[in-house]
Amino acid sequence: MTTTENVVEVRDLRKTYGDLAAVDGVSFDIHRGETFALLGPNGAGKSTTIEILEGYRDRTSGEVRVLGVDPQKGGLDWKARLGIVLQSSGESGNVTVAEQLRAFAALYPNPRDVDEVIAAVGLESKAGVLIRKLSGGQRRRVDVAVGIVGRPELLFLDEPTTGFDPEARRSFWQLIRTLQSEGTSILLTTHYLDEAAQLGDRAGIIAGGRMVDLAPIDEIGGADARVPFVRWRENGAVHERRTHAPAAVVTELVARLGGEPEGLEVIRPSLEDVYLDLVGHEHASDLSGEALNETEAAR
Amino acid sequence: MSATTTATRRRESPLARAVRLGGLRIGYEVRAYFRQGDTVFFTFLFPVVMLTIFSVSFSEASFGQTADGDEITAAWFFLPAMLAAGVLLSGLQNLAIDIAVEKSDGTLKRLAGSPLPVMSYFIGKLGQSFVTGLLQAAVLLLLGFTVFQVPLPEDPANWWVFAWVFTLGVLCSAILGIALSAVPRSGKSATAVVIPITLVLQFISGVYLRFSDLPEWLQNVAAVFPLKWMAQGMRSVFLPDELVVLEQNESWDHPGIALALAIWLVAGLILTSLTFRWIRKDS
Repeated sequence: MTTTENVVEVRDLRKTYGDLAAVDGVSFDIHRGETFALLGPNGAGKSTTIEILEGYRDRTSGEVRVLGVDPQKGGLDWKARLGIVLQSSGESGNVTVAEQLRAFAALYPNPRDVDEVIAAVGLESKAGVLIRKLSGGQRRRVDVAVGIVGRPELLFLDEPTTGFDPEARRSFWQLIRTLQSEGTSILLTTHYLDEAAQLGDRAGIIAGGRMVDLAPIDEIGGADARVPFVRWRENGAVHERRTHAPAAVVTELVARLGGEPEGLEVIRPSLEDVYLDLVGHEHASDLSGEALNETEAAR
Repeated sequence: MSATTTATRRRESPLARAVRLGGLRIGYEVRAYFRQGDTVFFTFLFPVVMLTIFSVSFSEASFGQTADGDEITAAWFFLPAMLAAGVLLSGLQNLAIDIAVEKSDGTLKRLAGSPLPVMSYFIGKLGQSFVTGLLQAAVLLLLGFTVFQVPLPEDPANWWVFAWVFTLGVLCSAILGIALSAVPRSGKSATAVVIPITLVLQFISGVYLRFSDLPEWLQNVAAVFPLKWMAQGMRSVFLPDELVVLEQNESWDHPGIALALAIWLVAGLILTSLTFRWIRKDS
């Protein structure tokens, strides 16, 4: 394995609990400076995978290197190069935001300026407030601040924006873009597919402990999955046609129907649509049965 | 941060780093302690409240006389007992609950992912017990001296005994608290697991009840545990020497106190190194 190019290298990773394989042969790399989004439904093995990379869990088999080190043997010097934002935090929070960040900054050889980090997560006005008195979204921003204060080479973000309002998410994205421009490598898990699309360079989709797709964000699912479709209503039924030439289909429709088609839409599948397609149709219950049939027929 | 300090830190030995970070942790832990309402009451002020109750409710009773014929008041008699209880609460009860809660609320998981040495974390906790225990002792002594007119010893030798009994007692009790924090399965059950233990110890070790009134077999049971020895040490400092006749073997037995606390300290260190983990892997 080379270690200069990749900050994370995972080969055939397995984690079993008794007969249950939580992670069942996953392989991927994260390049230096890249943001890699790990996506998948709850229970798919994302958290197990990320916790193995962070050193919190031991793997059953397979090869893992994080910054060139086996996480099961990672020491304090190795931890000093990582930033970890865990999925949830319920700490009692009896210190202020500034005290918490100063305490964590002191652990790292070359930390960021505490005031700058507080400003970057938008908590300047809360710097002197006890963490337990903050709202859930504000506490989450403290978690993110603690994760980046050590100037990590590799940042783990496990569902970082859960509980954020849309405005806070936008400013969080801006913060992540700043980190990206400084060369930080990031492993992101999220339930918000738009977030993955906004921030990620590449994505891996895990379902049932296996990597079902692994590609640059705009190629996930393959070219076919991105084929736009035209949807309209005709005689009370919804029709849908997938096509590389939606304009031609619309023109033809207008000609055939002799006017404006009812309920006309031209839809380019979002990452979310492609994702739902990949992880299985039980998650895609919002598509009507008929539309689904026509989609299938169009393939 | 300037390049020089970075370079200095790089050259720092792991031990020096652990000690320096441990020092920072003490400040952090002490601040957090005093902002937690329930620990301030049940751990910090509890012996103070008990001393007040005992002094007031037994204000008519006599606990013996000194050689000069002075009455030994309830406050005088119970001051050393409450000092010993404070040592137990600040160390064992405080840390056993605190760390069990930190284990279940994710604090330890976050620290496990940071480059904080385990030793620094322990130094922070021991320091928290020591600093808060010392403040607690100061409050108890001040209350006893000013409000209840308990005569304090004038001989520096007594204060030297106080210093080592207190220090050894806090260390021993804090280490045992860290070891005991492995027992509760959740933060919520921590109080229910820990408080009965400390309460029973206080009853059989001569904190709330006069030790000399207990049956001999119970005194011998209590002598297995460290609190009896802490209380005996505190009595030797603050009670008049005539009362030594109420002790087991009619002796303050300072070497025995030092030995018992040292054995428990070593046992606690071994237990801690066997049981303490940042997180339960694969739970």
